[in-house]
Amino acid sequence: MYRYDEFDQAIVDARVAEFRDQVARRLRNEISEEAFKPLRLMNGIYLQLHAYMLRVAIPYGTLDSRQLRMLAHIARRYDRGYGHFTTRQNIQYNWMKLEEMPDLLADLASVEMHAFQTSGNCIRNISSDQFAAAAADEIADPRPYAELLRQWSTLHPEFSFLPRKFKIAVTGSATDRAAIQLHDIGIKLVQNGDGEIGLKVLVGGGMGRTPLLAHVIRDWLPVADYLSYMEAILRVYNRHGRRDNIYKARIKILVNDLGPAEFARQVEDEWARVKPLGLDPPPSELARIAAHFQPPVLDASAPVAIDLSDPEFAQWVAVNTHPHKVPGHAIVTISLKAPGEIPGDASADQMDLIADLAQAHAQDEIRVTHAQNLVLPHVRRDALFTIWQALKGAGLATANLDRASDIISCPGLDYCTLANARSIPIAQKLAVKLAPQEADLGELKIKISGCINGCGHHHAGHIGILGVDRKGEENYQLLLGGSGAEDASLAKILGPGFDENGIVNAVEKVIGRYQALRTGPDERFLDTYRRVGAEPFKEAVYG
Amino acid sequence: MAETLFRLRSDAGHDGPAVALADYQPGGAAVRLEPADDARALIPHLPALARIDIAFPKFREGRGYSAARILREAGFAGEIRAVGVLYVDQLAFLVRAGFDAVLPETPFDAAVAKATLARFPHVYMKAADAARPVWLLREEAALAGRT
Amino acid sequence: MPRLLTGNRVETGDVIWWTGTGWSLHLKDAVAVDADGEALIARFAPQERINDLALIDADATDAGWRPRTTRERVRAVGPSVRPDFALPSIPVESI
Ligand code: HEM
Ligand code: SF4
Repeated sequence: MYRYDEFDQAIVDARVAEFRDQVARRLRNEISEEAFKPLRLMNGIYLQLHAYMLRVAIPYGTLDSRQLRMLAHIARRYDRGYGHFTTRQNIQYNWMKLEEMPDLLADLASVEMHAFQTSGNCIRNISSDQFAAAAADEIADPRPYAELLRQWSTLHPEFSFLPRKFKIAVTGSATDRAAIQLHDIGIKLVQNGDGEIGLKVLVGGGMGRTPLLAHVIRDWLPVADYLSYMEAILRVYNRHGRRDNIYKARIKILVNDLGPAEFARQVEDEWARVKPLGLDPPPSELARIAAHFQPPVLDASAPVAIDLSDPEFAQWVAVNTHPHKVPGHAIVTISLKAPGEIPGDASADQMDLIADLAQAHAQDEIRVTHAQNLVLPHVRRDALFTIWQALKGAGLATANLDRASDIISCPGLDYCTLANARSIPIAQKLAVKLAPQEADLGELKIKISGCINGCGHHHAGHIGILGVDRKGEENYQLLLGGSGAEDASLAKILGPGFDENGIVNAVEKVIGRYQALRTGPDERFLDTYRRVGAEPFKEAVYG
Repeated sequence: MAETLFRLRSDAGHDGPAVALADYQPGGAAVRLEPADDARALIPHLPALARIDIAFPKFREGRGYSAARILREAGFAGEIRAVGVLYVDQLAFLVRAGFDAVLPETPFDAAVAKATLARFPHVYMKAADAARPVWLLREEAALAGRT
Repeated sequence: MPRLLTGNRVETGDVIWWTGTGWSLHLKDAVAVDADGEALIARFAPQERINDLALIDADATDAGWRPRTTRERVRAVGPSVRPDFALPSIPVESI
């Protein structure tokens, strides 16, 4: 894991002092709310329905046990004993007091964490693959490349007042677990014939009210030119992105309006100008960062065969673990989606328990996934039973990864000022209804957003649900056929919307029709949908 | 008006009015760029220019940061003045992007401005100012054998 | 229709309601401001102590005020999915 040096720590500490001063000036009325709001947003603080909300950055979704325990401490000391893990690998707290924020940020800084740029029209937390350094299909660990971007984008003088927020994801595997096609910039590590690593650069993906998939603007970018090329993209965007309409301000609209080829040409043109300015750090800097991400030393002779005689345990192993690149090891996903619970929420006690398990059994590492679950990336198979038992005692052993009850949901109208409808209760009802048959259904990704902003990724759901407002009533639209993985596609609205009970029934009808149509147990819902199209489902729901 | 100007230059500067880009005549000493203007249009005229004003008509405006940096990259050493809806807490960004004067709508508190500029002991990236990014400091430290 | 004045306290973010003489955390203490609403906002906004000042529509019921929109009912009670935090304003089930 990356460790701060004196420079990193000094910058984070200065940020805490700066915000302490800004809050004090606000509370003394020396600055207006209008001037203060962008400052608090750049420190991740929103005013939500019930209180302030704080979004803490978890760079590329990686934590150690000390940091997770600090997140638990913050939940207890400053919040109401829980936090919400988000689809961008961050954590949000819902009951914050502005006057306590400086102390909270100081606590975070003491474990090398911060809330820099977790909101505002700037470059946000860099997300990545939750299986980094553990997945077998990985070319290289993407996190050093993400850390380099984190540093470069922190307090960037030119790119802190962009037309709109800017999200970057980096992945190093063939399987896309970071939804790079749905980010403003997606970076994929690639390898050439000589075994050399380069970067494939995608631009212009995103969700919100105009969902678009990103375009490749460069198949191969030498690593040495990484940051100057990013400067060129961001400069083209900062100068030419629309600022007249907040809904058209994302880079995806610019890329779409210019066309990807013309956009790429402008980037190359700008790059030719900025490349000679010496913006790229020497290779020693990436090497220095990469040295922090040395893969853990794992015992390749650890036993592969383990006792699976307990059927409930065997089921959990089958569903919630992935093969690790080192034999005798596994990647464990801890589901934060027990049916009936709030997707992505974890209590302080649960966080502490997971921290303990990570320290004892998983090389002291925890990851946050974009599906709002947690991961122990490096676990010996012969420790799985112990871990499972501990998780079970804390309500964390639900075996539902990527299944019907593993639902992504945004906070919706229960917390969010922008919401049109509640999302969490829909997720809870669906999870409870679908859990009994989910083993038979196989992979099924249901994603729910409480408004068109799409924080719950509804456009990327095999089944997506979007909350809308219909004459003051909560109403839900049903979308089918999306994917945020390497086979990315955008879900399409099936027909007129429903009320709360209606949407649950409609999803059940869609699933019933799928079961009738599927060619066999290997055909996922998404495959069936792609094969037969929307008509049969329309008929099942509205016919 | 004069006392609200926040200026980091010690030279006398050019006090004359700045003309709009469309009205600029070669040889003129001061010009004003609106957010949509292309700063590169001024490159042939930089030797004649003493001051370039860059407008920030509303808070949600950030193109001026790119404009200033482009002008510094082109070698402009005269005054670049940010004019408009700007708050003191943005000062460090402005200075690093190449501005050396600000005419804000509401005046800056001098003590806060000073503290803001002194706040961050290090910077992560190279920009238009002289600050050396931490990757350079790290490299030097490594070369000096301190790790 | 009765209108209530609400906002969030700057220090804490707490949702608060205008009681005629001050601010309360509880919807039940709110008074109808009706035609005086805009004048009250014009008075409080420049003081910069309450964020997001707003007038909301509510019905007077036997059990007290019932805000018209789901959003305002959620704001008055707390998240519908966390009844353990519910404020005693209106029953969570009736959001
Ligand atoms: C609770 C306060 C939140 C607010 C005010 C908020 C606001 C927004 C807005 C306005 C957008 C649309 C941006 C655009 O299209 O330009 C958006 C998109 C998004 N948000 Fe949130 N959001 C919140 C919470 C969350 C949470 C809890 C998550 C994760 C579960 C999240 C993750 C995302 C993602 C992934 C997108 C879409 C990706 C994209 O930017 O294209 N946000 N959010
Ligand atoms: S999708 Fe809408 S309701 Fe949900 S968190 Fe985002 S902004 Fe709020």
